[in-house]
Amino acid sequence: MTLVDVRDLVKHYAGERRWFGLGRPQAPVRAVDGVSFTIASGRTLGLVGESGSGKTTVGRTMLRLQEPTSGKMLFDGNDVFALDVTRLRALRRRMQIVFQDPYSSLNPRMTVDDTLREPLEIHGLNGTVTALLDEVGLDAAFAKRYPHELSGGQRQRVGIARALSVEPQFIVCDEPVSALDVSVQAQVLNLLADLQAKRRLTYLFIAHDLAVVRHIADDVAVMYLGKLVERAPAGEIYAQPRHPYTRALLSAVPEPNPHTTKRRIVLPGDIPSPAHPPPGCPFHPRCPHPKKSQRCRTEPPPLRPITPGHDAACHFAEEPM
Amino acid sequence: MTIPGAPVLLRVRNLKTYFVTEHGKGTAQAVDDVSFDLYPGETLGIVGESGCGKTVTSLSILRLVPEPPGHVLPGSLIEFEGRNLLALPAPELRAVRGNQIAMIFQEPMTSLNPVFTVGDQIAEAAIIHQHLSRSAARARAIEMLRLVGIPDPDERVDHYPHQLSGGMRQRVMIAMALVCHPKVLIADEPTTALDVTIQAQILELLDRLQHELGMSVLLITHDLGVVAGHADRVVVMYAGRVVETAPTDALFERPTHPYTEGLLAAVPRIDAPRTRLHAIPGQVPAATAWPPGCRFHPRCPYAWDKCVAQEPPLLEVGDEAGHTARCWLVTEPERKVSKR
Repeated sequence: MTLVDVRDLVKHYAGERRWFGLGRPQAPVRAVDGVSFTIASGRTLGLVGESGSGKTTVGRTMLRLQEPTSGKMLFDGNDVFALDVTRLRALRRRMQIVFQDPYSSLNPRMTVDDTLREPLEIHGLNGTVTALLDEVGLDAAFAKRYPHELSGGQRQRVGIARALSVEPQFIVCDEPVSALDVSVQAQVLNLLADLQAKRRLTYLFIAHDLAVVRHIADDVAVMYLGKLVERAPAGEIYAQPRHPYTRALLSAVPEPNPHTTKRRIVLPGDIPSPAHPPPGCPFHPRCPHPKKSQRCRTEPPPLRPITPGHDAACHFAEEPM
Repeated sequence: MTIPGAPVLLRVRNLKTYFVTEHGKGTAQAVDDVSFDLYPGETLGIVGESGCGKTVTSLSILRLVPEPPGHVLPGSLIEFEGRNLLALPAPELRAVRGNQIAMIFQEPMTSLNPVFTVGDQIAEAAIIHQHLSRSAARARAIEMLRLVGIPDPDERVDHYPHQLSGGMRQRVMIAMALVCHPKVLIADEPTTALDVTIQAQILELLDRLQHELGMSVLLITHDLGVVAGHADRVVVMYAGRVVETAPTDALFERPTHPYTEGLLAAVPRIDAPRTRLHAIPGQVPAATAWPPGCRFHPRCPYAWDKCVAQEPPLLEVGDEAGHTARCWLVTEPERKVSKR
């Protein structure tokens, strides 16, 4: 059953005005430019991209932490973007977010107990702080501590406990492990997987690291310059990536194996600014595909099915590279 | 690529760098008796997680540790071409720093000066160390920008750091570091702040430049994947100590210290099917209170009473020259029974 249904989501930021706000506005930043996907109940969609791809903006606009420019987001049949404030607030209990940086997303003046008790009281829930801490693998003694007295991994556990406190169905995990050390990252990933199994949670897992996503996601969507360039079940996309960008990303991940025979595709150039995306296929200036042609420079490729369930936005997705 | 029998270029012996903590309550023993050698032309990887002391080690080599609160303890030795850098008078040290030993940092934006053009910043070292004229130094800066693969170097030389992308800034940092053709490049997490496609560009660039210029690289990173692809030998650090040293192949094929083993197993693999990750329980202890005995014993699945009572020295593993591990399992392999 589909729990989350995002349709043609667009978020443009108005261009800055130079000269202290009096000048002509610059080109708008097209952070998210027409993104659609669904997530079935109890599943995890991994949303992957580099800086500036728009992945974080997708997560935030879905929960209306930022207002979308256009598009639709259906959550369990509710049109989230059309709700008034009261009904949105009620629905927010069912949709939560875990942020990347546990240092800045916890209030430094509140103890762990204060942080976790607040949502319980506001929503009149029966849960206890001790039970929440236990669920994320922290001893009850942590309740008295302030965020600065915790390690990065412990703070992220508190962030997860706070999201869980209101018993949500859906959690946006926005780079939840990228600030953590490898050994602690593994602890938090395992915790997220356990909680999902136990509480039947649905995740949107946003990350820049394809290896991390491999360990948690059922399906993977890859973003580049505000658009989805590929979307497929995880097994498919890692075994047979179709978009040249996905192929390059996969090949660029440094593997802890000195004898890897992997052919590394090193992409030239930088990610262009989302204020001035290239015409045609946004990836064409960096694309290493041998079939790249004039068509790529002028005609934006739509996201289209290549095999059943596997979509890619490339004119030459069927061709070998 | 180590030349057998070649003289050591940089010798670090019994390096101890301690910090007095903010409230004067204790001493953080950030680097606690670290020794290793760097040979000409090789890449030595120093790998470890936050707080293991890898960055302080690299800063200590060039005496960049702020004093106070930090201090390098007497008895530490950093020998470069036969001279102890820790004992050099300031002017002589300056002749080495940025000239024969150069360094690049993780955050290119914070290590570049925002009010000078990149050309001026690259030229500065050439003017100071090689006494080039302004115009010659500018020509050298343009040549360096071309060497590190920046398009339109004649134009870019007059740009300011904020006009460049993160990857370009890191290339500028590399150009600055290499302008005097150093013998040693210390690269402290050179790609950690970069996106994966840009990281691949920078690592490829460093490989190429090392090959062309024949320098030694001390590659400091938390990423075992980066080490696997780019280092000839590896030093693994934990809690201020070296816990394992090995040629890169041996380290990945036969990780011997339980920390190395655990760290390797914790890395999410892109080539493995979806599985539960192996996590190392607990967390890195505080540098003000390292555990007694083996510093890894509270998190080790194999630890027994000896590990609590007595810290092991670095022991020869015996499979290959230069493979050592700070673990009693080397002498008592039958004890390798996981308690979890």
